[in-house]
Amino acid sequence: MMLLQLLFLPLLASLLIFLSGNKWASRLALGLSIVELVLTWLTYQTFKQGGSEMLTFFQEWITNPKISFHLGMDGLGLIMVALTNFLVPLIILSTFNRNIENSRSYFALISLMQFALIGVFIAMDGMLYYIFWELALIPIYFIALRWGGPNRVPVTLKFFIFTLAGSLLMLFGFIMLYWYNPNHSFDIRELYSNVICSCKQGWLFWLFFLAYAIKIPIIPFHTWQADTYKEAPTQGTMLLSGIMLKMGTYSLIRWLLPILPAGVAEWGPLAITLCVIGIVYASVIAIMQRDLKKLLAYSSVAHVGLISAGIFALNMQGLQGSVVQMVAHGINVVGLFFCADIILNRTQSLNIDGLGGIRNVAPQFNTLFMIVVLGSVALPLTNGFIGEFLLLFGVYAYNTWLSVFAGLTIILGAVYMLRMFQRVMLGNVSDTTSAFQDLMWNERLVLGTIALTIIVTGIYPKPILDLAAPALEVILNKATIK
Amino acid sequence: MIAEVFNLRKIMIPAILAALTAIFYVNMNNWNHTGDVVIYGINMSHMITVDHFSVAFSGLSILLAAFIFILSHDYYKNEQHHLSDYLSILLFILCGALALFSFSNMAMLFLGIEIVSISLYIMAGSRRFDVRSNEAGFKYFLLGSFASGFLLLGIALIYGTSGSFIMQQISVYAMSGNVSPLFYLGMLLMIIAMLFKVAAVPFHFWSPDVYEGAPALITTLMSTLVKVAVFAAFYRLILLCFTGSFSYAQDILAIVTAATIILGNVVALSQQNVKRLLAYSGISHAGYMLLTLLSINGGNAAALFFYSTTYSLATLGAFTLAIPVFAAMHSEQVDAFNGLGKKHPLMAAMLTISMLSLAGIPPFAGFLGKYYIFSEAIISGQVTLTLIAIINSIIGVYYYFKLILAMYTKPANESIPEPTPAFWLVAGVCVAGGIILGIFPNALITLLQ
Repeated sequence: MMLLQLLFLPLLASLLIFLSGNKWASRLALGLSIVELVLTWLTYQTFKQGGSEMLTFFQEWITNPKISFHLGMDGLGLIMVALTNFLVPLIILSTFNRNIENSRSYFALISLMQFALIGVFIAMDGMLYYIFWELALIPIYFIALRWGGPNRVPVTLKFFIFTLAGSLLMLFGFIMLYWYNPNHSFDIRELYSNVICSCKQGWLFWLFFLAYAIKIPIIPFHTWQADTYKEAPTQGTMLLSGIMLKMGTYSLIRWLLPILPAGVAEWGPLAITLCVIGIVYASVIAIMQRDLKKLLAYSSVAHVGLISAGIFALNMQGLQGSVVQMVAHGINVVGLFFCADIILNRTQSLNIDGLGGIRNVAPQFNTLFMIVVLGSVALPLTNGFIGEFLLLFGVYAYNTWLSVFAGLTIILGAVYMLRMFQRVMLGNVSDTTSAFQDLMWNERLVLGTIALTIIVTGIYPKPILDLAAPALEVILNKATIK
Repeated sequence: MIAEVFNLRKIMIPAILAALTAIFYVNMNNWNHTGDVVIYGINMSHMITVDHFSVAFSGLSILLAAFIFILSHDYYKNEQHHLSDYLSILLFILCGALALFSFSNMAMLFLGIEIVSISLYIMAGSRRFDVRSNEAGFKYFLLGSFASGFLLLGIALIYGTSGSFIMQQISVYAMSGNVSPLFYLGMLLMIIAMLFKVAAVPFHFWSPDVYEGAPALITTLMSTLVKVAVFAAFYRLILLCFTGSFSYAQDILAIVTAATIILGNVVALSQQNVKRLLAYSGISHAGYMLLTLLSINGGNAAALFFYSTTYSLATLGAFTLAIPVFAAMHSEQVDAFNGLGKKHPLMAAMLTISMLSLAGIPPFAGFLGKYYIFSEAIISGQVTLTLIAIINSIIGVYYYFKLILAMYTKPANESIPEPTPAFWLVAGVCVAGGIILGIFPNALITLLQ
């Protein structure tokens, strides 16, 4: 029952917000998302009391094809849901003091998005999972379309069609899995039974991999991403980069590795190479960017490239690292995009060269932005460090040369992030930044929470590691048995 | 028409609706007696056989007809000519459609097709002083009668070789192993005629012109009720008659299917007129439905039925919402929808749901409809065709989103469409159906399994 409450509260919230009217929408959304966060905490307690057994809910749904309403939450799912429910209130809070036209639709869509994301993370039936996966696309598309930048129409359409193309391939893959399975089922327990001939797993792998590679995105399927991040409103970009990307990496772990182990064995080396190429390529492009949002977008490609590489390394360190880094990246990237939004809002400019000297006029902003940047370049004692260290360790255990190239991410990351920080925040005050106003209460709250989390999880990541470990072991076992 | 004489315009539509409810009830009652109800003509000629297939499709078509009747009162409010003519022709179409769902004799098939077609020729040209409507009616009539000729010639050839009009006996003859080549020619002619009626490529040319020229409500009727009726007839014809000899036509039909899906989707991309756009979208949906014919067995009737239901609900919903916009803007272009999201958020949201359902995006019903059809096609080994269909449904998203983009991103124009309560009712039912069937498809999909 707990899972049902957790899942359907955001849907209910979405309806209530839509009916509430523009005046109260943002406050109602914030309140309900905090209730959801409390529920997540209670679920965590129940989960721990139950000895970390998977929480499940099962209900027959459609008889033909056999689709069941099967929800389940293990440590991995809990971490993803907790990340979602932690970030959504921050994302909502970040809009306070801003004017948002037709805000009830805006917040209703954000809550709807939260509903779909939670659904993706706890669905244990392939078709149910697919439905949530697609459902997540609709609110984010409309968020970007109605509240986005001037060039939003073609950009968002490209985004939609790209990701939909990937999803349909995945749908095709699920239908094939359904018929190849002797019991004809989408249920994850059946899919995990590994009865599919390894000769068929090779091309099935591509159906799923393409869907996830577009969503994550892994080079060369990333072309929708930078423009979409730039054109989407900041909250949309936060949702996209903070949580929605993680749908892809999460799905690699939950759905691709254990279901098609032979396919992964066959094509995994190519996939991990693509990921590592992506890391270097995206980092180099990030160095060249002059637009702050685009720079962050490409840095995000580099980071998730490393996460995916760690997953395909197929060892415990890599998987553990990917989970920690998913959380860390989710939090950091939301912080970074929020900082970019604050700068854009005050100066109307995101051109790195035109800014500078903000430190002198906005010391609070400077400190918090600095912490987020340091977390993102993986300084020890920040959350980024643990994740990147484990990931590189995992990739090293897989192949030394790959880890050398993957390791470039730390150096290149430091180059573009610190250089960006230096140009934007340090130096002399320019015309555009002289009237820069320091943080308002809600901004302080959002960035403060993020900075605190960066440091706390950086010093003490053990709860995340402990939560994820049992679930990952099960998955790793399935993924490596031939 | 009697009602018109006594000036009873006002009670006509309620009376028809009451009658339709009664028919619907009688039809549903037949569910448990299927197989018993056979209507014999002269010489025991098995004119009509009622089975689960026909009861289910009849139920759907009666429902769709009822919706059209509800809409027609407001739609024809300002028309001068007699409403009763129009209503009785509509009833004729329904009657023809019911014959098409349950025929078991070639003569009945032909009668059903002709009742529907001739009524439609009149309807398409019913705006007497509108050149485009005249053109639509005339074009439809010329091409349609050609196809009817094909159908008749095909029936004649089959009768000549097998010696019967009764489907059951023809089927026995087709399996007998001693089949005349003329029989196959007849079969091919019939298939071509049916392909024309469902507007499959390369027999589709009439459809966009007729859809565009005909009054919007007639276009709605053609793209929902009539399309479903003709398709069900096509399915029934092949299932009852030609399953044994179908392999000869299968390759041709596979090419036609692929061409229909691709051309329907690709040409729709460049359409600016909403009625034409929906016409081409209808062509591509016919292509998806043709997939069920390629993998024909009694089992996938359920997939066809589910798809027909979701497709007609979504199309009917889209048209019901579009007609007030056409009327308010005096235009049928995509531009007419500019800024509807700001002017009329509820209407825009409902239209968006209809479009998403047509595009096959979950959790709306259109997704499951596509799912069932693709899944059936994959089982029967049509993997390449299914892949083509899947790729094309991505292309489809692009043009369905054209309307959505116009509604939400373009600046609004001044006049605000005002749908009457009847339009709200029908659109509401269609949209709700599109959501509910997407989440709880069980009742409908198990009906024919």
